[in-house]
Amino acid sequence: METMSSLRKYAKESGEGFPRFRLGVIGDCATQHISTAIRGTGIKNGTDLLVFDADYNQILAQTADPHSELYEFNPDAVLVFNCTEKLYEEFQDTPVGQREGFAEKKLLQIEGVWKSISANCGAKILQTTFTEYDDRTCGNFGARLRSSFIFQMRKLNYLMCDHMNEDNVYPVDLQFISELYGTPEFRSTKNYAMAKIPFSTNLIPAIAEEVWAVISAMSGKVNKCLVLDLDNTMWGGVVGDVGFDGIEIGDLGVGHAFTAFQRWVLELKKRGIILTVCSKNFDDKAKEPFEKNPEMTAKLEDFALFIANWEHKGQNIANMQKRLNIGLDSMIFIDDSAFERGSVRDMLPDVKVPEMPPEPSDYIDYLRGQHLFETVAWSEEDAKRNDMYRAEADRAILSETFADYGDYLRGLAMRAVAKPFESFWYPRIAQLSQRSNQFNLRTVRYTEEEIKRIAESDDYLTVYFTLRDRFGDYGLISAVIMKKDGENLFVDTWIMSCRVLKRTMEEFIVNKMISVANENGFRTVTGQYLPTKKNGMVKDIYSKLGFEDCGDGIFTAGVDGFRYNESFISEE
Amino acid sequence: MEEKIIAKLNEIFRDVFDDESISVTRETTADDVEDWDSLTHVTLIGEVEDAFSMRFMMKEVVSMKNVGEMIDIISARGKI
Repeated sequence: METMSSLRKYAKESGEGFPRFRLGVIGDCATQHISTAIRGTGIKNGTDLLVFDADYNQILAQTADPHSELYEFNPDAVLVFNCTEKLYEEFQDTPVGQREGFAEKKLLQIEGVWKSISANCGAKILQTTFTEYDDRTCGNFGARLRSSFIFQMRKLNYLMCDHMNEDNVYPVDLQFISELYGTPEFRSTKNYAMAKIPFSTNLIPAIAEEVWAVISAMSGKVNKCLVLDLDNTMWGGVVGDVGFDGIEIGDLGVGHAFTAFQRWVLELKKRGIILTVCSKNFDDKAKEPFEKNPEMTAKLEDFALFIANWEHKGQNIANMQKRLNIGLDSMIFIDDSAFERGSVRDMLPDVKVPEMPPEPSDYIDYLRGQHLFETVAWSEEDAKRNDMYRAEADRAILSETFADYGDYLRGLAMRAVAKPFESFWYPRIAQLSQRSNQFNLRTVRYTEEEIKRIAESDDYLTVYFTLRDRFGDYGLISAVIMKKDGENLFVDTWIMSCRVLKRTMEEFIVNKMISVANENGFRTVTGQYLPTKKNGMVKDIYSKLGFEDCGDGIFTAGVDGFRYNESFISEE
Repeated sequence: MEEKIIAKLNEIFRDVFDDESISVTRETTADDVEDWDSLTHVTLIGEVEDAFSMRFMMKEVVSMKNVGEMIDIISARGKI
């Protein structure tokens, strides 16, 4: 964590040349220091984070007035910063008879603020959670007493987070900082009394890091893959020396710490992080514990790729990146050896390589504090992602056995579903919209709420695509949103998962665009390519697939006489 | 000993107010330093507390008139 004084220096630097992000900060405590720290954190991470900080206690004034400074600032996101101290003061002013409904009443007020922001600007909303505070006026009994502050505060946190789902608000969970550093470290009654800052100044950078982590994830910067070392990372000891039954795991030696770590890593897998192994070992020796040691929680099939050899680890990770087709900057490398960490950092500076604590029982707590696993969406599809990447590795082996790529594709027996958006898929479509960087023609990001609105609107035609083959189900891998414009359909969004590149899926989708246009009586389809740093791969896609290049990134195709592209995918 | 405290305070002041030209004396007050307001005061107090492993009482923080008074409290209770 940076210190406050170093963040202050960063905050003063110019962000010229960096991508820009505009954040409005409104709060019921003094937020100036926090705003400075947030800007400093942004600059440090290569973003010109412009912060508008409203004066103390301006939440209602700034959000209710459509001409407020906040809206004039035209923010990309607004951070609503509520503090527990203020909440407690409001609670104390509430008559005893009304206290059981305190949380519900406060929730309405907070939701009102969210709704005002949404009505007056297109900014995303970040909302802090309340850090726990028990005034102990009822001792332990307060925990179950409906009219106590702690009961109402906990209820409010729960209700507020639940309602964020409908209102599309992103939490900044301050309670986590309290949990990680301890409340006495985090809270400062003195600072609150003197300057209405409820936190100790040396943990304000921690708040800024949380806010930055959410903003980065909202901008599509999420980590996708965890690359794990084995010896002294996944188990204690060196398997090459002590053998598969001598490693410390489960009940043996300090094994409990490693078992806890394996179980935590498997939770990451369930939430959609791809797991791989990168170990300096003989392949058979490295695999033996997974196959023969009954204390091992992780199994070989939990890993999308398993590389054990004596090559440079950086080289192995670079190979993994190619095979998984994800960005190096979305990979995290975990190794207990400082030497290996250093060599990977040198060779692949984009890969995230957290320093690891020397004590294995500290691994999880350390990693929890590193903001490595931020996300802004989750769907049940995520739990299957690892298996999909595993199947992908199997496909790669099959492709090596076919001389002709067409034969290979035929051999896959691919089948796709292409249908208008359905509510079941809204979360996954929104997630794809948030995450896709490479195969994304216009990089317009939509939230789940917005996807629902588009799907139900008469102004659009939408199509989602799923794909499966003889090795497995890819799930929903592409979405197309076309806006009606007279006799023309404008492709507002075409996003696709890079996992299914070069399977003639692109051909299949373009064919579908044209046939949907035809069935609905449109004469032309127009596509647009808006370049970003990452989407160069789709620059020529429309012209390659039968559209006419009209210049300026605009491409058009007539429905009549369109030459449908050859695809090896059949529609279910 | 007082010289040592002043040297350390000077470092902290320059860092907090990001001004290398600051040179504190016993007589320095908030009026002498640009950006020294109630908010930066909180930061300053936090940094001084950490540097000397001590805590100021709130009434000391609000009634402190100049750096001299700060030095007296540090000499009495701080680890130098």
